[in-house]
Amino acid sequence: MPAEKYSSTPNSGLLSDIDDIIRKHQNRDGALIDVLHDVQALYGYLPEQAMKRIAEGLSLPLSKVYGVATFYSLFTLEPKGQYVIRLCESAPCHIRGAVQVLSAIEEELKIKPGETTPDSKFTLEFTSCLGVCGVAPAIMINDQVYGNLTPEKVKEILRSL
Amino acid sequence: METVRVTIDGQEVEVPSGSTILEAARIAGVDIPTLCYHPDLDVKAMCRVCVVEVVGARTLQAACTQPVSEGMIVKTSSPLAREARRMNVELILSNHPQDCLNCIRNQKCELQTLAEKLGIREQRFERRSRTKNNLDISSPSLVRDMEKCILCRRCVAVCQQVQGVSALGPINRGIDTIVAPVGGCELNSVACTLCGQCVHVCPVGAIYEKDDTQKVWSALADPTKHVVVQTAPAIRVAIGEEMGLEPGALVTGKLVAVLRRLGFDKVFDTDFSADLTIMEEGHELIHRLQNGGTLPMITSCSPGWIKFIEHFYPELLDHLSTCKSPQQMFGALAKTYYAQKAGIDPKDIFVVSIMPCTAKKFECGREEMTDSGYPDVDVVLTTRELGRMLREAGINFATLPEEEFDAPLGISTGAGVIFGATGGVMEAALRTVYEVVTGKELPSVDFTEVRGLEGIKEATIDLDGQKVKVAVAHGLANAKKILELIKEGKADYQFIEVMSCPGGCIGGGGQPIPTNKEVIKKRLAAIYDADKGMKLRKSHENPAVKALYEEFLGKPLGEKSHHLLHTHYVKRGKYKI
Repeated sequence: MPAEKYSSTPNSGLLSDIDDIIRKHQNRDGALIDVLHDVQALYGYLPEQAMKRIAEGLSLPLSKVYGVATFYSLFTLEPKGQYVIRLCESAPCHIRGAVQVLSAIEEELKIKPGETTPDSKFTLEFTSCLGVCGVAPAIMINDQVYGNLTPEKVKEILRSL
Repeated sequence: METVRVTIDGQEVEVPSGSTILEAARIAGVDIPTLCYHPDLDVKAMCRVCVVEVVGARTLQAACTQPVSEGMIVKTSSPLAREARRMNVELILSNHPQDCLNCIRNQKCELQTLAEKLGIREQRFERRSRTKNNLDISSPSLVRDMEKCILCRRCVAVCQQVQGVSALGPINRGIDTIVAPVGGCELNSVACTLCGQCVHVCPVGAIYEKDDTQKVWSALADPTKHVVVQTAPAIRVAIGEEMGLEPGALVTGKLVAVLRRLGFDKVFDTDFSADLTIMEEGHELIHRLQNGGTLPMITSCSPGWIKFIEHFYPELLDHLSTCKSPQQMFGALAKTYYAQKAGIDPKDIFVVSIMPCTAKKFECGREEMTDSGYPDVDVVLTTRELGRMLREAGINFATLPEEEFDAPLGISTGAGVIFGATGGVMEAALRTVYEVVTGKELPSVDFTEVRGLEGIKEATIDLDGQKVKVAVAHGLANAKKILELIKEGKADYQFIEVMSCPGGCIGGGGQPIPTNKEVIKKRLAAIYDADKGMKLRKSHENPAVKALYEEFLGKPLGEKSHHLLHTHYVKRGKYKI
């Protein structure tokens, strides 16, 4: 194994912003999740170099940072679109027509779940229950929840963005 | 001690308050089946095999984690508990290959034992593998077979808590969860010390040593090869166990006999080169003490430890002794000094090491380890691999006679044998350093302060007015504590011994399964018995080592020693770029 392939600190693109974020949360228990949230808010995702910097800054193993970042579905290790659409795949939404809503989104944006539009505007994903079964079928776009959807309604929402 | 009364399967017992249901049940004579639970680790309630019914509780409770309370009534074998336990095991099995016959852990697998215990005789659920064809053979020491992983997290705990390395961690969640190095990459791509402690705690065959036995069978069958073997100090207290004797059985003579029967041309002892290591390392320490060299000096015998400091504290590499490990000193001498003495062309000499260690497989492949002009050591086998060869050869270990190691590289002292235990290198060094520096005979050779299983041990030795403060650490998380002290300038030691594995080499990653604290204590006692049984107990009194210096090396730290017995280290860093 050629030893030159290793380095003791992340080697490129380190922004002092990450250090600022770490400093802000450092002395609290469970700071990791807050730091990950803020870093993701800054970059739109969690780049590998950022996770290494976080591991160093919080004196945590990188495997721990990576484990937490991959455990929670709201963290992402890949760049995503400006609008992340999360379609509820739980039973109540399914019964109330989530499949048709999904088809409408796919038709409108020409992407499948897990994909991002070429213009980086939309990313489509599934999510577990959003807790709004009363207005099923439901989706979430970024932080906003939309309920009582029909194929027409969802297309309208997408066009308005 | 405060106690509580609980009823377990109809039997009332008094147990210390704070006990878990599992512990209380053991006091009541009931062994609740477990899988992820491990006595030496803080892993709990991952597998749900130990579920029991607690009267009044809404759901079944995990016995390994639930504390008892006064008046608690527990049913460990009620229909509900039994059915749930069985179902949980069946579900684990539904995602586990059913090829026990081909598995390296066949008959030593905790899942297999558990399935047998519960009488599982059919597979009700169709097997769906999440992780097929996911064999990681990237490292020279360890193989990871993630298809077998049952996600118990024991390897994660030992790597993080005991070794302070955290090479492995859980990734993703739910059905997508895997345990892997960061990013799901290969083991060789992360800062792993290859210590192999994960092998000991893995309940199944998901992590194991890379098997090199075929290379040794081939060499033994090759008439052009002169095949010599060296056995590490810790093998004589473990191979008996691997062959079915009690843990801690000391079987030095039988080990020699069995290696001869396998066909090795010469059976030598790493204890010899351990004595030699003391001569070199002891003089290096004296030199550093007297000439303002980098202090504290830290021992360099344990290859997992070397890889650890190279990855995590490359700025402290100057503290390491430049001495090669005894295994590598042996190899370098086998293909020079011994080749010359025996009149054999070194290209025809094949050196096999029997080591308690998986990291030794990595060490022998390091590019620095070719000072004889050849790979100094050709193949490293762990205790488990030697056991595999002996079973295949059908040698009846128990009835073998006791035989002696071959001269000259098989002659050793008690100081060499204690290298196998935490504190042993320190004690051996002190026995020699004291007498060399003071010119006086030691009143007692036993330095008991550096013995035992305390994580970090300290002692101060008076060398005729000069006080030398020493420390001993085993388990890399303990080593890390000492390195942090050095970094902060707070370490007032002159000499430090570090061994990667808990207990030292006797608890090494290549030792028989199971290796745990209880077993380690027995091997430890055997090592000190072996020391006591030796006529000579100080390295500098080893006649073969003396002859080696007279005939070949000249003096400790001399030019030839420098070339053959000393090495340098590599700054590796934590992350792959």
